[in-house]
Amino acid sequence: MSRIEQTFAELKKAGRTALVPFITAGDPDPDLTVPLMHTLVEAGADLIELGVPFSDPMADGPVIQRASERALAHHVSLRDVLAMVQRFRQENSHTPVILMGYLNPVEVMGYEDFATAAEEAGVDGVLTVDMPPEESHDLVQALRSHGLDPIFLAAPTSDRRRLEMIAAAASGFIYYVSLKGVTGAANLVVDEVAQKLAEIRQVTDLPLGVGFGIKNAEMARTMSRIADAVVVGSALVALIEENVKEPDKIKKEIYHLVHGMREAMDQA
Amino acid sequence: MDKPDYRHMPDEHGHFGPYGGLFVAETLMEPLEELRAAYEKYLKDEEFLAELDADLQHYVGRPSPIYYAERLSRENGGAQIYLKREDLNHTGAHKVNNTIGQALLARRMGKTRIIAETGAGQHGVATATVAARLGLECVVYMGEVDVARQEANVYRMRLLGAEVRSVSSGSKTLKDALNEAMRDWVATVDNTFYIIGTVAGPHPYPAMVRDFQAVIGREARQQMRQLTGDLPDALVACVGGGSNAIGLFHPFLEDEGVAMYGVEAAGEGLETGHHAAPLCAGKPGVLHGNRTYLMEDADGQIIETHSISAGLDYPGVGPEHAWLKDIGRVQYVAIDDEEALAAFHTLTRTEGIIPALESSHAVAYALKLARQMRPEQKVLVNLSGRGDKDMHTVAAREGIKL
Repeated sequence: MSRIEQTFAELKKAGRTALVPFITAGDPDPDLTVPLMHTLVEAGADLIELGVPFSDPMADGPVIQRASERALAHHVSLRDVLAMVQRFRQENSHTPVILMGYLNPVEVMGYEDFATAAEEAGVDGVLTVDMPPEESHDLVQALRSHGLDPIFLAAPTSDRRRLEMIAAAASGFIYYVSLKGVTGAANLVVDEVAQKLAEIRQVTDLPLGVGFGIKNAEMARTMSRIADAVVVGSALVALIEENVKEPDKIKKEIYHLVHGMREAMDQA
Repeated sequence: MDKPDYRHMPDEHGHFGPYGGLFVAETLMEPLEELRAAYEKYLKDEEFLAELDADLQHYVGRPSPIYYAERLSRENGGAQIYLKREDLNHTGAHKVNNTIGQALLARRMGKTRIIAETGAGQHGVATATVAARLGLECVVYMGEVDVARQEANVYRMRLLGAEVRSVSSGSKTLKDALNEAMRDWVATVDNTFYIIGTVAGPHPYPAMVRDFQAVIGREARQQMRQLTGDLPDALVACVGGGSNAIGLFHPFLEDEGVAMYGVEAAGEGLETGHHAAPLCAGKPGVLHGNRTYLMEDADGQIIETHSISAGLDYPGVGPEHAWLKDIGRVQYVAIDDEEALAAFHTLTRTEGIIPALESSHAVAYALKLARQMRPEQKVLVNLSGRGDKDMHTVAAREGIKL
């Protein structure tokens, strides 16, 4: 059983929803990433999504684009991100880490080399946002052979045929993009999300995460009633950006927001 | 090895050998499938094709002539040089062949809003033009750097009723404008059609844009036969994303006697690293929805490109070109800023035709190539655009303030 499966199994037993915060590796400074990952866990994160910076983040809104730019100013590479996960694993062996990024850095490294290095570093899942199931065969095989879960997106525009394809390629969990747009976009309509999640549950038993547009504790609570995992990205990254000149405050602010979401979700 | 099946590329998933494909976030997969279905349907729809042909004839001014550049050929020596005059199209470049096609498709699909990306502004102008004619709302994304250096085209787009949105992320140029247009589309796809200007992007764009631009090569094949009694010995076209080149090359791919040369921008020189020549000096990777040759660093980050010609200033290239390079059907070469400028002046002074700086790269290579060929041989150059838009760039380069 993979660390991701294990985590969801335990949460299910406890009747809780997973909280999955996202930060971009190397934002605002590479030395801050591993301490921030520990802060996320202390504040109540069940899994961590770690963004791999890319020069052309086509599926991201301005907040996460700027995080990528801040990290790239420090020349943070995919290998650097793997080294950060390895350092995180020295003190934490239970919290699953999912890398989220774009395909090109993985292509350049080579699928097999990447999967080998990711396994060694202690990565659990990989989500390449610009790789739909149709194009994923070789990478999925490489990931699977190294015990890594390929995570896929499902969207409001995915029909039954696509959902089945996604379910067949994915393991770990499925990440439902809760609105048409880029990360950090406007408002969610809860009923529509609930309806689509029900549709996805017809084709898979995998846990379902919901993300894109969850900004505060109230939204997190609402989503935790219908999803197995709540992913929070832009709201956290925006906090990092606000405090970019006072890195000491970042940990405190991040803890505060994630902990607040955790409490709200546990009261759901 | 079997002979490559040029006519039936790409495959049903948009692959040209290992290149092309569909590399976008899940949200765009269904809209792209819808687009593919519409494009395949209307490509066989007689009424649609008749409307497209009529527009190309009466609005764009097609067929564009082929002109024998006799004086240029004589002074250069070697083979005869012919020019396919895409510069004489309405809006001054080949770009409009594609924007007309996609805009008609948008209307058939019931979309009321058009978006586009632009670098130099030529595709933006060509899009704003057809949007004005069809009464469609139009938003053009353009990098902040390009907005500043292409003021006249920004003003043209605004005159035509388009909203020009300046993009300040990343390198603030064409690739970032494309990212931003994709971000718009993912949120507005219900009413919006995204007109991509080149043969890059996710399937079906590389195939669709090629099919709309292939009118160039279809005409040229017929015109060369009429004019000279035979097909040309070589074709030359500049390659940024590669739409004018594929438009000329595609109908000739099965003509084994016709050599083809795609000319990339060597900028300050391939050896300096300051260029825009992914086919000559890049590596395969994935960007903007397709797998192709890219300008990237060792970590897979996309790097900035350099060329005197804004229209060639792009870090990727159409996937069909990547494939044609690998199988050896087309030779890809590079011409630097200085050589392109010299050809710009040569053509202007010998024939009274001021070429776009993009097209000047093709002219420069054709001059070199012709000198190595015999006088009875023929080189056909795609003169993809006119040079009016480049007056400021050329003047500034020569220390003249307009």
